[in-house]
Amino acid sequence: MAFIEAVMQYGFLQKALLTSVMVGIICGVIGCFIILRGMALMGDAISHAVLPGVAISYMLGVNFFFGAVISGVTTAIAIGFVSQNSRIKHDTSIGIMFTAAFASGIIIITMLKSSTDLYHILFGNVLAVRLSDMWITLGISLIVLAAVYLFYKELLVTSFDETMGAAYGLPVRFIHYFLMTLLTMVTVASLQTVGIVLVVAMLITPAAAAYLLTERLWMMIFLASGIGVISSIVGLYFSFTYNLASGATIVISSTAIFILVFLFSPKHGLIWKTLKVKKKRASLV
Amino acid sequence: MMKDPAISIEDLHVSYFGNEAVTGVSLSVNTGNLVGIIGPNGAGKSTFLKAMLNLIPKDKGAVRVMGKPIAEVRKSIAYVPQRNDIDWDFPITVLDAVLIGTYPHLKLFRRPKKKDKEWAMECLQRVGMQEFSKRQIGELSGGQQQRVFLARALAQKADLFFLDEPFVGVDVSSEETIVQILKELCRQGKTVIVVHHDLSKANDYFNQLILLNKELISYGTVEEVFKPEVIAKAYKGQFAFMNEIGVSL
Repeated sequence: MAFIEAVMQYGFLQKALLTSVMVGIICGVIGCFIILRGMALMGDAISHAVLPGVAISYMLGVNFFFGAVISGVTTAIAIGFVSQNSRIKHDTSIGIMFTAAFASGIIIITMLKSSTDLYHILFGNVLAVRLSDMWITLGISLIVLAAVYLFYKELLVTSFDETMGAAYGLPVRFIHYFLMTLLTMVTVASLQTVGIVLVVAMLITPAAAAYLLTERLWMMIFLASGIGVISSIVGLYFSFTYNLASGATIVISSTAIFILVFLFSPKHGLIWKTLKVKKKRASLV
Repeated sequence: MMKDPAISIEDLHVSYFGNEAVTGVSLSVNTGNLVGIIGPNGAGKSTFLKAMLNLIPKDKGAVRVMGKPIAEVRKSIAYVPQRNDIDWDFPITVLDAVLIGTYPHLKLFRRPKKKDKEWAMECLQRVGMQEFSKRQIGELSGGQQQRVFLARALAQKADLFFLDEPFVGVDVSSEETIVQILKELCRQGKTVIVVHHDLSKANDYFNQLILLNKELISYGTVEEVFKPEVIAKAYKGQFAFMNEIGVSL
């Protein structure tokens, strides 16, 4: 267990571990709402769309958090505007807008002539997490968890039956953009650990696995966070031990968990379902 | 002083990208009525219902509910959506789905308490679904699902109930249960508005009918509206076809 010793010994590894555990938790929580609202593609879009904001923040020398939130939310609004005001469907609108944002981000970063930064933003480098990054991640985590806890009712209603929510007076559009803001914040927190390109996996894969395991939303949220945390720790272990990109190992760990759940989930697992069908057919012979 | 009507609508116009869906509808419904909205496919029935509740933007027109703008009375309105607007795989149990009906009256940051859960259970009992309280909603039949959503509406303790096509894909006994409960609500002085897709039972279920085909064709008691010559005005095209195949009114 050289990994545990190393964690005890090295400060950078402790920061990496704490940060990726926090990211695992909040990605799981927000991811549940993202997949239940059928917005997986939107998660992918927003995570890519923070790039120009991050780049401009670097240029201006301000904390990249602000730039990321502004460009993420602006893109979310632009996506909604195009799909509501033309015959363009929502997923098409997402494809147009996020690639535009991402491309402008690449151009800005290239102009800054800092390709190493670009590499780290795109693919993450959890072992290089600074103390300030860890505090930002902690701050974001507290905000996200508090928001979901306090507005759980509103998030549940608008995810399950938005029209009913609107009919009794909930500001459904505001809640949508509120969730997009949370999503952007989670993306920013994930930049260091998994990077922009793979954030969507941390949002969707643990939540999807949890979705196959339970019939209750709060349980799904806890399971998704748990799976996110396990993926982060296991991923970090492989990243450290075999010197692999942390984002990739974390994502592959969560994929492995998803595959296990997909096959063995008691109620929705493939194997269980196949067995039930076989048994039923055998009883009819 | 005269009591305010439950709903009054003046010159309501709704369009999608310039195509008229509802044009110039004016009417007012008094409290305690069970009103069916009928009309051919594409007549704008659901659109009309949603525009009434200000759930979609309208081009023109004023809607007042119990004499007030709708924004002020939203908490006394219960809305039951079309069944295919709901994601039946959503991780929620029957009881929790009904419990959502108590949310409008809960303050921000408050969670439903034990008495809210008991009330939700009571509402489930009224629709005969209490045994299914722990099931996931997708495990139910169409009729059972609709009964659960009616229970949710009951849990809202509303004065006005709006139901969009509640009888689509619903078994006969569920349909009867739902109709019974709607009639009971009206006897208690509630107002119930139902978008209804087929003409066959319209005269049994409702005491008033709104006959719509983009514009208002007729509104009144069932006796006034449910007459062949009135209905034919809304169903022009479709009745020509029926005549051809030998069905006459």
